[in-house]
Amino acid sequence: MFNKDRWREIIEVLTSNVWRTIFTAFGVCWGIFILILLLAAGKGLENGIKKDFGDIATNTMFMWTRATTMGYEGLPQGRQFEFKISDVQALRDNVPNLRFISPRNQLGGFGGNNNVVRGLRTGAYNVYGDYPEIINQDPMTVTSGRFLNYNDIKEKRKVAIIGNGVKNDLYDKDEDALGTYIKIQGVNFLVIGTYKKNNSGGGEEGQKEIFVPFTAFSQAFNRGEDVGWMAITANDGSSISVLKDKIVSIMKERHKVHPEDTRAVGYFDLYEQYNRVESLFGALKAVAYIVGIMVLLSGIIGVSNIMLIVVKERTKEIGIRRALGEQPWSIKKQILMESIFLTLISGMVGIIFGAAIIFGINSLLDSVGPVDMFMSPSVSVGVVTGALTILMVSGLLAGFIPAQSAIKVRPIEALRTE
Amino acid sequence: MIEIKDLHKSYRMGSNSLHVLKGINFKVEEGELVAIMGSSGSGKSTLLNILGMLDGADSGDYILDNVPIKNLSETKAAQYRNKFLGFIFQSFNLINYKSAAENVALPLYYQKVPRKERQEKALQYLERVGLKPWADHLPSELSGGQKQRVAIARAMAAEPKVLLADEPTGALDSKTSYEVMDLIQKINDEGNTILIVTHEEDIAHMCKRIVHLKDGVIVEDKKIEQVRAEQYV
Repeated sequence: MFNKDRWREIIEVLTSNVWRTIFTAFGVCWGIFILILLLAAGKGLENGIKKDFGDIATNTMFMWTRATTMGYEGLPQGRQFEFKISDVQALRDNVPNLRFISPRNQLGGFGGNNNVVRGLRTGAYNVYGDYPEIINQDPMTVTSGRFLNYNDIKEKRKVAIIGNGVKNDLYDKDEDALGTYIKIQGVNFLVIGTYKKNNSGGGEEGQKEIFVPFTAFSQAFNRGEDVGWMAITANDGSSISVLKDKIVSIMKERHKVHPEDTRAVGYFDLYEQYNRVESLFGALKAVAYIVGIMVLLSGIIGVSNIMLIVVKERTKEIGIRRALGEQPWSIKKQILMESIFLTLISGMVGIIFGAAIIFGINSLLDSVGPVDMFMSPSVSVGVVTGALTILMVSGLLAGFIPAQSAIKVRPIEALRTE
Repeated sequence: MIEIKDLHKSYRMGSNSLHVLKGINFKVEEGELVAIMGSSGSGKSTLLNILGMLDGADSGDYILDNVPIKNLSETKAAQYRNKFLGFIFQSFNLINYKSAAENVALPLYYQKVPRKERQEKALQYLERVGLKPWADHLPSELSGGQKQRVAIARAMAAEPKVLLADEPTGALDSKTSYEVMDLIQKINDEGNTILIVTHEEDIAHMCKRIVHLKDGVIVEDKKIEQVRAEQYV
């Protein structure tokens, strides 16, 4: 296969008619170029959309309570109820494969009043009462101090972790926040840490949150056993979308809600949303592949055509070679290798051009700043290997018919062609 | 060396078939120089193609160096052609993008002779036909006589048992024809078996035996006094 004479011959044949070779190569080059660009554009769109999901664990649902819409067991319609802290243990006991269950309570909210005071400065922030696990579901980087731990929960410590956005508002630029107190709705909390959210998950708001121990929150703000809402993440192997029905029905049972009351327990299934986006991009990718391969196909047909012409032109030469004793499979191999070589080389040129364009777009995006719904278009090594495999196979296919026709020529007829 | 018994061959031309060879019997011993003569349509080229394993016979036996040649696969035929036969054509049939030396080395390439050895041998044979200085020239840079000499060197490079020449002088003027014949005679003097298809009387008389073909049968087969080509050169 890696025989010097064979390669010399391949080069000789392909360079004997340079323009023809270049035009033929262009077809394949163009096809793979389109394929790479389409895939990269799809990826860019995907990156752009997925950015909005941030780092949040996607196999997660959020669940809260609403007024009942049906009477049940003597209880009236329109009854308000709250999740209780004991519900968490009930879920752990009855639903397998749940990774994290974080009960949460919240103060503030969108457009809320100022609720946090430090000295002369005030601000309106979301204040969450949380368990330490929440950092796994809503990832953040602790930039100084520490996050909540179970001792904080057990001892109901009035401590707080504040976002960088909060720190910028309430502190001077080079002031150390650790060890200082902030007043949340009149209750003092000791700042033990600051955090930053890596990704714009939640945008500006995400950096302006305050986390305090769930138990301390309940005590300080009079929530008793109540739980505002829950964030529930399933184990990697099992989907939260499958488990959610069971979770919701357990909640209904525990709170005497009519089993058919679909309004009383509200939830948001992040996984389902994520899946929907995922399948959208799957479809987009499939379209990119189909269109790209169709374009590539016309290039391949071009190669096949040219190889047929080459065989025709070389009929006499093939006849001479066979008269001199060249084996038919050797001739076939020669034609196939020429075809594969031509497709591979032109395909690689296409890939290089595609990569250059993608690189250009990326540096353009870097210089003008982030664009909505589009971020770092790219193709993975896997895609490139895939493209090369496609090229290899298509070169083989393109050469197959010409090679077959080359060995079908009987030497005596070939020699007669004058 | 060559033994042919009751060889038949017909071509199908549309609905009617053309019986070209109607029972050929003949033998060629080692070291002979045979001219096969006949007018066009007499079947001489068909006979040569069958001898060259480029075409198969319909019936009859063909034994080459004690090997029966029958129902060969293309692969086997290629192998035998390479090992047993050297071809010289009227139109030279050199590969025009390869140099003289590369053309001569081609049969050796198919025998998987290492590159270096191949080049040495090719030069050696080019020297024998007096074209060593032209080794790196392309066929387009050579005259007709030179091309035919390169073709002869190529035919001999694989050291075949039999050389088959189809009108080797057909495309050459008489002076170069005699030069080529002189070369062929000298190769024959070294003990090589050579068959030449020709319709030129003077060329035929430079062989040692003439076989006359007419309408697909041998009408005459005689040994003759060889005319040396040297005297005309």
